[in-house]
Amino acid sequence: MSPLHPVEMGQISPIFGKLNWDSIPFDEPLPLVSSAVVAIAILSILGWVWKKGLFPYLWKEWITSVDHKRIGVMYCVLAAVMLLRGFSDALLMRSQQAIAYMNPGYLPPDHYDQIFSAHGTIMIFFVAMTFMIGLMNFALPLQLGVRDVAFPTLNSVSFWLTASGALLLNISLVVGEFAKTGWVVYPPLSELRFSPGVGVDYYLWAIQISGVGTLLSGVNLVTTILKMRAPGMGYTRMPMFCWTSLAANLLIVAAFPILTATLAMLTLDRYLGFHFFTNEAGGNQMMFVNLIWAWGHPEVYILILPAFGIFSEVVSTFSGKPLFGYRSMIAATMVICILSFMVWLHHFFTMGAGADVNGFFGITTMIIAVPTGVKVFNWLFTMYGGRIRFTSMMLWSLGFMVTFVIGGMTGVLLAVPPADFVLHNSLFLVAHFHNVVIGGVLFGAFAGLTYWWPKAFGFTLDERWGKRAFWFWIVGFYVAFMPLYVLGLMGMTRRLGHYDVAAWHPWLIAAAVGAVLIAIGIACQIVMIYVSIRDRERLADTSGDPWDGRTLEWITTSPPPPFNFAVLPNVQGEEAYWDIKSRALEKKQLSDRPEYEHFEMPHNSPTGIVTAFFATVMGFALIWHIWWMVILGFLGAWATFVVFAWRDEAEYEVPAEEARRRDAERRRAKAILLGLPEDSVA
Amino acid sequence: MIAGKPRSIRIAAVAVALLLAACEPGVLNPAGPVAAGERTVLLNSLVIMLGIVIPTIVATLAFAWWFRAGNTRATYLPTWTYSGRVELLVWSVPALVVIFLAGITWIGSHDLAPEKPLASKVAPIEVQVVALDWKWLFIYPGQNVATVNRLVIPVGTPVRFRITSGTVMNSFFVPQLGSQIYAMSGMDSRLHLQADQPGSYRGMSAHYSGEGFADMNFVVDAVPRAQFAGWVAQTRAAGPLLDGPGFAELAREASSVKTPFSYRAVLPGLYDRIVAHAGAAVRDTADSGREDKK
Repeated sequence: MSPLHPVEMGQISPIFGKLNWDSIPFDEPLPLVSSAVVAIAILSILGWVWKKGLFPYLWKEWITSVDHKRIGVMYCVLAAVMLLRGFSDALLMRSQQAIAYMNPGYLPPDHYDQIFSAHGTIMIFFVAMTFMIGLMNFALPLQLGVRDVAFPTLNSVSFWLTASGALLLNISLVVGEFAKTGWVVYPPLSELRFSPGVGVDYYLWAIQISGVGTLLSGVNLVTTILKMRAPGMGYTRMPMFCWTSLAANLLIVAAFPILTATLAMLTLDRYLGFHFFTNEAGGNQMMFVNLIWAWGHPEVYILILPAFGIFSEVVSTFSGKPLFGYRSMIAATMVICILSFMVWLHHFFTMGAGADVNGFFGITTMIIAVPTGVKVFNWLFTMYGGRIRFTSMMLWSLGFMVTFVIGGMTGVLLAVPPADFVLHNSLFLVAHFHNVVIGGVLFGAFAGLTYWWPKAFGFTLDERWGKRAFWFWIVGFYVAFMPLYVLGLMGMTRRLGHYDVAAWHPWLIAAAVGAVLIAIGIACQIVMIYVSIRDRERLADTSGDPWDGRTLEWITTSPPPPFNFAVLPNVQGEEAYWDIKSRALEKKQLSDRPEYEHFEMPHNSPTGIVTAFFATVMGFALIWHIWWMVILGFLGAWATFVVFAWRDEAEYEVPAEEARRRDAERRRAKAILLGLPEDSVA
Repeated sequence: MIAGKPRSIRIAAVAVALLLAACEPGVLNPAGPVAAGERTVLLNSLVIMLGIVIPTIVATLAFAWWFRAGNTRATYLPTWTYSGRVELLVWSVPALVVIFLAGITWIGSHDLAPEKPLASKVAPIEVQVVALDWKWLFIYPGQNVATVNRLVIPVGTPVRFRITSGTVMNSFFVPQLGSQIYAMSGMDSRLHLQADQPGSYRGMSAHYSGEGFADMNFVVDAVPRAQFAGWVAQTRAAGPLLDGPGFAELAREASSVKTPFSYRAVLPGLYDRIVAHAGAAVRDTADSGREDKK
């Protein structure tokens, strides 16, 4: 039968919009059961929190916190939760493809198509990017030697808007459906004519709302790096992570508006009958493809550049050497930053732009391999002449270096247009981008999480479970994705729900085994966190410097006071903390005690969560065409901003005495760490 | 083209090719000049890059092992952070490799441009390809026949494809023949392929297009020229006529086609009309024919 648009069927109610009981998939047990399990888990956690009386604590200390460290931690928690969701989707897909040879498998196309679309969207926007923004939030101000980011309350708003997007996406599991279009929602498939359901609308509003959060976060972090550094920290004294974060955030500021505008145009097509990308009335689908990749390619560098920074810190710290070729690394970072905007066309060589255009963009893409290669070689020479400690972080870094050069190589291969003509959209491509995103971004996130965990919580993570996780992850990765390279060369295309080629079957079973190995790796990480919390006394970091670090985050205590530094450190070289530490060891005493002065810190504020609450309401209402609720949500968010803007008092004062007290604790810990006499006066 | 390089590289390339060729007909088992050219470019680029990637991986593992904290024989150079020579090396080695690859890319992009006609003494035949939900329509304007989900072509004859879509974006792809090109409504894309060996090759949509995408496959039968003429004659003898209403009916039926079938004749200019109307003319309503459960 031919389905009618809900408007034609007269289903749009003034009160509930398109929403009705049919919106909940009672006939599909899988999403219903899984979301019921999730709901029970959430409710039991909330019940436990309620019983323990932790709500006021959570509200005061975390939910309304504007402290960059806490916001960073919350970003990482969100990313970890979404990783579990995205990975469940991956397991479903891998098992479906392992089964579905000459049979339809257990997932009907309607379901399978939502799963791969949700997997991509979640992994890119709410796992990879959320991890990276979380780590940048946590570590940047500490590394720069400052007390917070430039706009602390805005930071909280950014986080909660990201969480709002993630929430909307997960609601689609139970109420309605998610997009069945792939994660970059190419029109005309994503247009109303071909996707009349609410799936694409869930995608659009989840990404738009979290995208605003990302953009604000980018503005915030760029400003922080450019305007708020400790005295003496010139640009060429910033740690490499700060440089790569600067590049990544510049890319966010430059690229995200393109995404916002592109999706806004698609929204106009879907909601108001515009024809930007439709088949009819002069719409141009190729324009969408151009625009989405003009954002999409910089996006991959938004993900990988911070990871490069983390690896730079980790390799240098655990090799016991400064980063090799620091200035060369800065140059390479900025070259990547600029070039990343000049390669987007390689995502659609097969659109038929012609040999000159394809050749040009193929070559610009390869040129990015030069600064990237420089980075790999510089990490290599950082290890040369070092004394390498094989901690789990170092293992992630080595795993990255080996894996990433393979991913880089297949990337350059795809950048050769004649090769791309036969590999485009195949599983070879899928293997390539998982190769760089898992081997690069995710390994970087895991290295960063382990590296900064003691700084955040005051105890290190259990290394034994950390290393087990690493080995399962890396072996699982190779078992899961090397077969996909082979399948791509065998002509298997991506997003197939079932197939009839016998030769593909064994490789897909191997890939499923790999996914199971990765699942064990994730289980090891969960055990690692449990064991570490249980053994926190044994793993305690009392010195504030558990890794013999070189950058300023290690000068303060673990965890740092809310204001990070009682007195902003005075930076005199490329490795601020290492220099201070060396001088103290040389002189056999800590530096002189500074003059303590009072200073101001921002108040916590519920602005972020309240704004995000209204944004979620507005997003949900827009998806379901519940117009009164859209207005309500919008006015609510706007009113929240107004209330915040008219606040009388934004900051509280930290007295000099408090600064002196916290710094005395810190100095005592450092004196013990370095084996030096304590100060005479505490 | 591999001949100019050292023996070891040649062996490595052949080994890789053999390993993969052993699996299943794919892009490494070309059946025509385009696919063969693309395989050469692919393998050449791969071998060139392996020349830098393998040493890098080996060095990573070797450096990490040798400079492990417990190794007393390794020299500790805690302040060695800069060397002009090493810097020169780390910038110039990747740069040289990329310059070399860029040459291959530029030449390859032009030699194997999909829109470029194939050099041949044999006159090409034209096939007009229309991607539909979720099947492929092949119109032979010269022979005035059409088929669905089965493409019959004469061996050793260049085939000039014109490709469009009557629905969403798809990609026309026969791995063993070479290049894929997007099928887009309102666009008239060009692609030139040729089969050198008779055989049956798998064709597919390589761009996700919705619910029936996984079944949007077709078969390419490359047959000797005489047999092709016979097939045309046979096709003309039976089957329905593909005119405006016939096409509209085919396009509106949103389902995959398991058994290929053919049309005995085609309304002249049909393909151009499909392109001109951006795939919309056949449907007078906003109804896409796609199911929507919610």
